Amino acid sequence: MSTLAPSTIDLASRPDRQAPAVEVRDLRKTFRRRDRKAGRFARKRPWPALADVTFTIARGECVAILGQNGSGKSTLVRLLSTLLINDGGEARIFGHDAFKEASTIRRLVNRVSVEASFFKKMSAAENLSYAARFYGMTPSQTRVDIPQILAKVGFPPERRGESMENLSRGMQQKVALARALLTSPVLLLLDEPTTGLDPRSKLEVQEFIRQVRTEHDATILLCTHDMGEAEALADRIGLLDRGRLLFLEPVEDVKRRFGVETLEEAFFAATGREFENEGQDEDDEYREVFA
Amino acid sequence: MSAYALEMRNQLVGLFGIVERNVYLTKRYFLWDLAFMVWTIANTLTIVFIARAAHLPPGRENTLATMLLVGATIWAFLGIIFEFMTETVAWERWEGTIEYTFMAPLSRLVHLFGQGAFAVLYGLIRAAILFFAVAAFIGIHAPKANYGAALALLALASLSFIGVGIMTSVLPLISPEKGAQLGFVAQGVMLVVSGVYYQVNVMPEWMQWIAKISPATYAIRGDRNSIVHGAGLAWADVWPLLIIAVLATPIGLAIFRVGERHAKRHGKLKRSG
Repeated sequence: MSTLAPSTIDLASRPDRQAPAVEVRDLRKTFRRRDRKAGRFARKRPWPALADVTFTIARGECVAILGQNGSGKSTLVRLLSTLLINDGGEARIFGHDAFKEASTIRRLVNRVSVEASFFKKMSAAENLSYAARFYGMTPSQTRVDIPQILAKVGFPPERRGESMENLSRGMQQKVALARALLTSPVLLLLDEPTTGLDPRSKLEVQEFIRQVRTEHDATILLCTHDMGEAEALADRIGLLDRGRLLFLEPVEDVKRRFGVETLEEAFFAATGREFENEGQDEDDEYREVFA
Repeated sequence: MSAYALEMRNQLVGLFGIVERNVYLTKRYFLWDLAFMVWTIANTLTIVFIARAAHLPPGRENTLATMLLVGATIWAFLGIIFEFMTETVAWERWEGTIEYTFMAPLSRLVHLFGQGAFAVLYGLIRAAILFFAVAAFIGIHAPKANYGAALALLALASLSFIGVGIMTSVLPLISPEKGAQLGFVAQGVMLVVSGVYYQVNVMPEWMQWIAKISPATYAIRGDRNSIVHGAGLAWADVWPLLIIAVLATPIGLAIFRVGERHAKRHGKLKRSG
């Protein structure tokens, strides 16, 4: 049940300089995994992580993609951040082909994932320096920029030199946000950035995302399974279910279309399943492994 | 600044970043390094004492001990380069930073070469400590030693070692669980055929043929001649190393690119744990 326009334009041939931030058309990604219950020598089965996903994000827009674990959200983010190669369809970021112009894309995009992902023995400042060097930032630049960006995310200055392994999950996630912003990306991919955070840290991170949007003029793709967070932060909300994008619309339009009051009810109306009932299905268990 | 110059500058800053990160990690894991250094010295002593056990006249005993020490030192040096290169992907996968490093605008050549450059610097420091500590402990005399020539040959060989290391660094990318172990197999094979504690001509002929394509063969032979006999750089050792250095890095990089593409197609470029 897709509400998206069928693909009619060859994106590569369009020469406009005002291309949208993200254009994804008929994007497909399938992994092959052995069925765990079928034994060691069973043949690998194809598991579609993304199936013909099509959408566009305008410059400066914040779009949230909702979906349960294993719905394909992380696969989408990893495709857009050049960490996966597609099996079909296309994706363009500011007019550049995400798969053929990977080096250009890498300068435009950064991401925050659900795991903070740092060298655990290194400090926040050392981890940020390491990430910044890849984007051409010299020690004289990072000496100024790192304390500024850490202050902006509310990171205590006296803990800059402390090993990451001694920091709380919320603190680590703040450093992850600082890392993403340090390189001034024009497209920020947020893959469940607040999952596992306590309510206070969650609100702080959400407030910071709002700030990034207004102050840095960044385009944001937020993948989450937190419906409240999606509603609070995004201009439009999409629903990814088992690799298929069911809709991508402003939240009020979604509610109106399904004649419901909440996004949970919209999910039920669109899929016939409760949003909370994750992993009930035989396929879901396998999807969570790689999607 | 032209776009090309800017890109070159950015890549050099990135290379510095890789070296800088390894310096941070070495500082944080200093006690591990110290323990590993003691273990390497003890291990080398067990090898060099073989010269004492041979009951040779003092001059010949000293020569044999020096030859064993040079072999053990280069083994340790190579071991560090291979460990750093083979574990490039495995470490980042374990720490969870692999996706951030591979989505950064840093060329793969610079990324891997930066790792190799640190490994060479770090390996040289450790090899020097190992050599002089064991030489002092056993009482080895090397009055004719030409350390300059030995170091120059090792520096030249390092380019080849980095190239071969780039080839093995792809293994953990293709096989997250067994890749690093396969890298150690490659390192072991290279050292067995390179005459680390013996002359290459004592091996079966087919192994001697393999020895010809191993850069360690020329590094060990040349360094032994420089330390024991005071020889300068010998062209017979230099030209094979030059050829291997010129070929190994592009071949290694091409292999790594194929591996990276495979990992991206099959979703293997992600953290573990």
